[in-house]
Amino acid sequence: MDTERSVVPAARDALVAACPVVRKGVPASDAVAGLVPSFVAFPASTDEASALLRVAAAHDLSVVPRGAGTGLGWGLPPVSCDLVIDLQAMDQVIEHAAGDLVARVQAGATMGNLASVLSLAGQQLAVDAPADATVGGVVATGTAGPRRFRYGAPRDLLIGITVVRADGVVAHSGGKVVKNVAGYDLGKLFAGSQGTLGLITEVTFRLHPLPAAAAWVTGDFDPNVPSALAGAASAVASAAGSALVPSAVELLWTGSPAVLRVGVLLEGTPSGVAERAKQMAELLAGAGATVVATSETPFRWWQPEPGAPGTVVRVTFWVRQLAEVLGALATAGVSTGIRPAVSGAAGAGVLYAWLDPGVADEIAARFVRALRDRLSGVFAGSADGTGLSRGGMAVLAAPTALLAAAGAGQPVPGLDLMRAVKDQFDPGHRMCPGRFPWGR
Amino acid sequence: MAAGVEALVPRMREICGPGHVVTDPLELRTYECDGLTSHRSVPALAVLPGTASEVASVVAACAAAGVPFVARGSGTGLSGGALPREDGVLIVMSRMRSIVEIDPVSRRAIVEPGATNLSVSKAAAPFGLFYAPDPSSQVVCSVGGNVAENSGGAHCLKHGFTVHHVTALQIVTPSGQLTWLGDGTGVCSGYDLLGAFTGSEGTLGIVTKIVVKLMPLPEVVHLLLVAYDTTSHGGQAVSDIIGAGILPGAIEMMDALAIEAAEEAVHCNYPAGAGAVLLVELDGPAAEVEAEMSTVRSLCEAAGATEIRTADDPAERAGIWAGRKSAFAAVGRISPAYIVQDGVVPRTSLGAVLAQIASLSAESGIRVANVFHAGDGNLHPLVLYDDAVPGQAEAAEKVSGAILDACLEQGGSITGEHGVGVDKSRYMPKMFNSADLDTMQLVRCAFDPASLCNPGKIFPTPRLCGEVPGHHRAPHPAVAAGQAEIF
Repeated sequence: MDTERSVVPAARDALVAACPVVRKGVPASDAVAGLVPSFVAFPASTDEASALLRVAAAHDLSVVPRGAGTGLGWGLPPVSCDLVIDLQAMDQVIEHAAGDLVARVQAGATMGNLASVLSLAGQQLAVDAPADATVGGVVATGTAGPRRFRYGAPRDLLIGITVVRADGVVAHSGGKVVKNVAGYDLGKLFAGSQGTLGLITEVTFRLHPLPAAAAWVTGDFDPNVPSALAGAASAVASAAGSALVPSAVELLWTGSPAVLRVGVLLEGTPSGVAERAKQMAELLAGAGATVVATSETPFRWWQPEPGAPGTVVRVTFWVRQLAEVLGALATAGVSTGIRPAVSGAAGAGVLYAWLDPGVADEIAARFVRALRDRLSGVFAGSADGTGLSRGGMAVLAAPTALLAAAGAGQPVPGLDLMRAVKDQFDPGHRMCPGRFPWGR
Repeated sequence: MAAGVEALVPRMREICGPGHVVTDPLELRTYECDGLTSHRSVPALAVLPGTASEVASVVAACAAAGVPFVARGSGTGLSGGALPREDGVLIVMSRMRSIVEIDPVSRRAIVEPGATNLSVSKAAAPFGLFYAPDPSSQVVCSVGGNVAENSGGAHCLKHGFTVHHVTALQIVTPSGQLTWLGDGTGVCSGYDLLGAFTGSEGTLGIVTKIVVKLMPLPEVVHLLLVAYDTTSHGGQAVSDIIGAGILPGAIEMMDALAIEAAEEAVHCNYPAGAGAVLLVELDGPAAEVEAEMSTVRSLCEAAGATEIRTADDPAERAGIWAGRKSAFAAVGRISPAYIVQDGVVPRTSLGAVLAQIASLSAESGIRVANVFHAGDGNLHPLVLYDDAVPGQAEAAEKVSGAILDACLEQGGSITGEHGVGVDKSRYMPKMFNSADLDTMQLVRCAFDPASLCNPGKIFPTPRLCGEVPGHHRAPHPAVAAGQAEIF
């Protein structure tokens, strides 16, 4: 750890000159995984953010960008955090070009505020994320919920980005038109980079119309019947592959109460949704669901809750292997005596296993190791001799002690190239140093 | 032949087999350009590897010799992205064209880069699936080329571009290493190199295998052909459709001159005397499309339609689409030479930019036929000229450039789907400042520090990739313990 590091006193004056609102970090509100930053700065513009990063570069300060802080606990804890750059003063929706279905937004705007502005024109940013999260944070963490099945992740809706590099240089890529192939797409690189490449200050999104109607069709399977896992998995595949064009194909599997449920979201015109919901209900019943229900009210169970305590493991897979993935989760649970809550966009090949915060770190670590062992068998079984692993597993959030105990992760494809990209963008390794938990 | 390349010939024959190494100057000339014929350059050597590991060996040999290399798919690109280097090796991917696997349950296909775009949909069709990106050249263009250019097509308005449909790439890095980017799931661990690579125009490496998403074939597809007196009437209909919250599979428009050309070429029988035709295709579940169809129809009428035709069966639809898809080639019937332009404006600025194009045309006496993806503001003005008339080529080039300026003034882009290549690198500084271009090239430096992989494309001025200073922080405890990689 970097505890002996002393911040050059001159840095304080330079930071204040760069950005009028700078204060000392305080443990209660500013600590990042236990590290209290020396400074917290609140830039009001990209220019101020640029000036701050130039000072940080000159004084060799490590930097952690922060939006609403909802996702700060995800990923490995940084090894050093001298300066937190808080984007919440940059909270404006700069432009909503409703006729073009495009919005330009400062990174510190919250998803909730953006949604209310867009809804005035009957439009939306089709990303499921907490309302109090900032758009910059959502992009930086790559947060996506059930509707990733239809609309993708933030990277798929991002059409332009402004970033400040570790050396303070401001750069743009993309633009404000949906169709654009001029130059490299830095937005793709920064989306999901968790603040490790630079600071996102402004983003431009492609929007979608708010649907006139939506229906949620659920099919429940009896979790006590041994074949139910395979039945639910095949229902997920059928729903996802149907021409009924679902917006989400979710799976929920919990121990208490014992629930095994496939949930499908349909969006469209009122008459179209009514008819499709009927057909989807038939599809789920035909796949073996014992109770099938349709509701206009959104279910809340899928909501990702970044920052929630406990351990979150993400498993990604090809849908063909969903039953085997569920089997691996079950086996890992049985062998360690714990029962994670499992949910996620199963139709898009993503599931999250949530371990209760009450589970002791060493038990949780044992579960993580057991799951990884089982899954590497599953994914290796699908290998075709080209080195393509058809799936992966990542510990998104966990107590530090668990991370240390859980052991080495799976190899991430393209790791050498990722290292090279990091070295180019942040040669001093000052941006969120230590954040990425490769392969966990 | 350049000495450095000459020395590589025996090694290339060893790697690819003697029959797959082209040294004959006449034969090499067949590779001198891609779909953009105004730029030509004969490669010093062309090789046709048959496997991913052969590609890796070819690239490694080039890298070791410091010889530049360029990958080529079907050669249909329209920005000179596959323009060879006279001092380099052209790596032709046409032998690697198999559909390796279709996984209908996961809705994935694994294909080789030389496979044609349409062959993926054909292979997926028996499973009720298709591959969504559909550039007009889909019969011949290769998926590897689509990845390089992040190709779109008429239906990307609804279904997205190549980057939205590629979930893993096996690539050969510019140093000759085989590696995967992504795992086919569509969810990344670490940086989204898959996203950054797609659309990098062959400058970050060579694709050797591609995992793509397949989508269920739509239950129904309805196509409307609507005639208007002017493009601005048609534009109004487009705005009204989007304003009603409807996202059609495609909305295409052609102006009078483009209609005339298409009629000459393929006799598509579009309404005679129309100032503009609009094609609106709705696809999806029957229950949705029926509801949307009646709304679209009445919006089109309200905007002043002079005629509306519908086509519901595949043959009828193909007949109507033939006019649109043949448009580029068709203008060859009405003009000895032409430039295919590719610019983008915010959709609501279409009217303004079309007016500007009309006055540019009137001022210069250079005719411009307009074909465009109206739904996403992507214009393909076809600038017509006669190369036998002195000065016309230059005048056409000037009009073509001024159209891009007009797009940029409206907050648009210099290319929506054809790429920058060699053709538009000089326009890049009009769209991006030097810091933007410098930052983009950091990615280039990470992948290709020696700048051997398709050099001279996209960026007007190459960036020197200096040595990167090493880490100077204490390692993370988990890294020190060999448990985690950190950045």
